[in-house]
Amino acid sequence: MQTFQRSVTVNGERFERTVEPRLLLSDFLRHELGLTGTHVGCEHGICGACSVLFDGQPARSCLMFAAQAHEHEIVTVEGLGTIENLHPVQQAFREAHGLQCGFCTPGILTTVTAFLERNPNPDENEIREAISGNLCRCTGYQHIVDAVKLAAKKLQAQE
Amino acid sequence: MKPAPFEYYAPATMDEALALLAEHGYEAKALAGGQSLIPMMNFRLVQPSVLVDLNNIGGLAHITPGADGSLRIGALTRHNQVETSAVAEQYAPLIHFAMQKIAYPAVRTRGTFGGSLAHADPSAELPALCTALNGRFRLVSGRGERWVSADEFFISLFTTALEPDELLAEAEIPAMPPRSGWSLMETARRPHDFALMGVAAVVALDEQGRCADARIVFLSAGEKPMSAQKAAEALRGQSPSAEAIRAAAESAAANEIDPADDIHGTAKFRRHLANVLCRRALEQAFQRAAGKK
Ligand SMILES: Cc1cc2nc3c(=O)[nH]c(=O)nc-3n(C[C@H](O)[C@H](O)[C@H](O)COP(=O)(O)OP(=O)(O)OC[C@H]3O[C@@H](n4cnc5c(N)ncnc54)[C@H](O)[C@@H]3O)c2cc1C
Ligand code: FES
Ligand code: FES
Repeated sequence: MQTFQRSVTVNGERFERTVEPRLLLSDFLRHELGLTGTHVGCEHGICGACSVLFDGQPARSCLMFAAQAHEHEIVTVEGLGTIENLHPVQQAFREAHGLQCGFCTPGILTTVTAFLERNPNPDENEIREAISGNLCRCTGYQHIVDAVKLAAKKLQAQE
Repeated sequence: MKPAPFEYYAPATMDEALALLAEHGYEAKALAGGQSLIPMMNFRLVQPSVLVDLNNIGGLAHITPGADGSLRIGALTRHNQVETSAVAEQYAPLIHFAMQKIAYPAVRTRGTFGGSLAHADPSAELPALCTALNGRFRLVSGRGERWVSADEFFISLFTTALEPDELLAEAEIPAMPPRSGWSLMETARRPHDFALMGVAAVVALDEQGRCADARIVFLSAGEKPMSAQKAAEALRGQSPSAEAIRAAAESAAANEIDPADDIHGTAKFRRHLANVLCRRALEQAFQRAAGKK
């Protein structure tokens, strides 16, 4: 069996691992690195639960092989903030009830974090567009939209 | 770990990639953005034994205007690169406009122009748009290169003129003549989903305001991009009146598409959508051609 020595930066930390070609990036993060914040829902790109930042841009970790992440930088939900010190986007989701079961939340948080960097002052349509690729079966999205608005305010106040 | 095992190669040059494809033939698949191939591998709908990853090959991602007003788009150009390109907006406004309809932001950061064409999903936007715009594609292999028109490239469901040892290197979209207009109309259950029905119209007017040329191409309407040539031909030389447009849309939807009957929608419903969308698309395209936005 072919294997590769891979070096991947995840949440600022460099990891060296041996991977076989068919290992998905999502499974690499969860099984090899123990970063189970990245959730796996559908494995065909629809649900968005597995979204991470790949070189700063949101991407589906279920639609990439770990072998392709060599020398790339990944940020997962664990890299956004800590339990003691939540990222402003996480804090906003907490305050605005932007989650219920939380299954969709990691993918939404990573997606929204990148979105607000590009577009710090979005209107409601832009917000709904930005999270259009993230399915949530609990909230009905209203509180998620509220949370993104609140997150934008928090981030702007920070600057 | 769901895909079946395979050997993985990530060559740094086109020549190496082509040599690998020539060596492995039908066993091998190119990997571009992975946004169509990896879902199919995860479900084991396809089990290639060799993957040739194109992502480390330089020079395949570019958006290059030509002196004649045409635009070349490299195979590995990501959807979001086209979406945010002012050059694409200027030279190929229809393609630029369509980008926001293709999948979701996190898919557009990976999915590629060439991958969408090579995949040849009849529900995808780019195959239909390149057909409507008279685009052509540069295919390369160890044997040489050839240009193939979009009309000839798309053969059937997920089937193109690409030979197993060939790669699509770039697409060329010709300049639209003066007094041209375009439109893309779609109906999807949710924005960004594959459309239940869609249609692109590209038209040009002569100096008297009559239709000089029209191209009408449907997506999600058959086994490949469905070009309504008879309806388009009937418009030529006519003034684009409401009646002429209505007649073209009706005959295209009735005679020149072959929509599926499935859980997402009946064939009858899809034909109805085709008629309405085609009428609206032609109206908008002719308005744009006449300089009315
Ligand atoms: C959730 C989701 C929703 C989507 N919605 C839409 C949508 O609404 N509309 C739409 O059009 N698309 C949609 N897509 C598909 C998306 O646009 C893909 O990016 C595209 O179809 C394939 O491009 P890719 O670069 O990912 O190709 P890959 O998945 O890497 O490859 C696809 C196929 O093309 C071959 N291939 C790739 N590049 C080349 C090349 N240069 N030369 C020869 N062969 C090549 C591969 O071998 C493979 O067979 C969606 C995808 C997802 C996951
Ligand atoms: S698990 Fe990746 S998109 Fe659903
Ligand atoms: S909070 Fe349960 S799926 Fe979104």
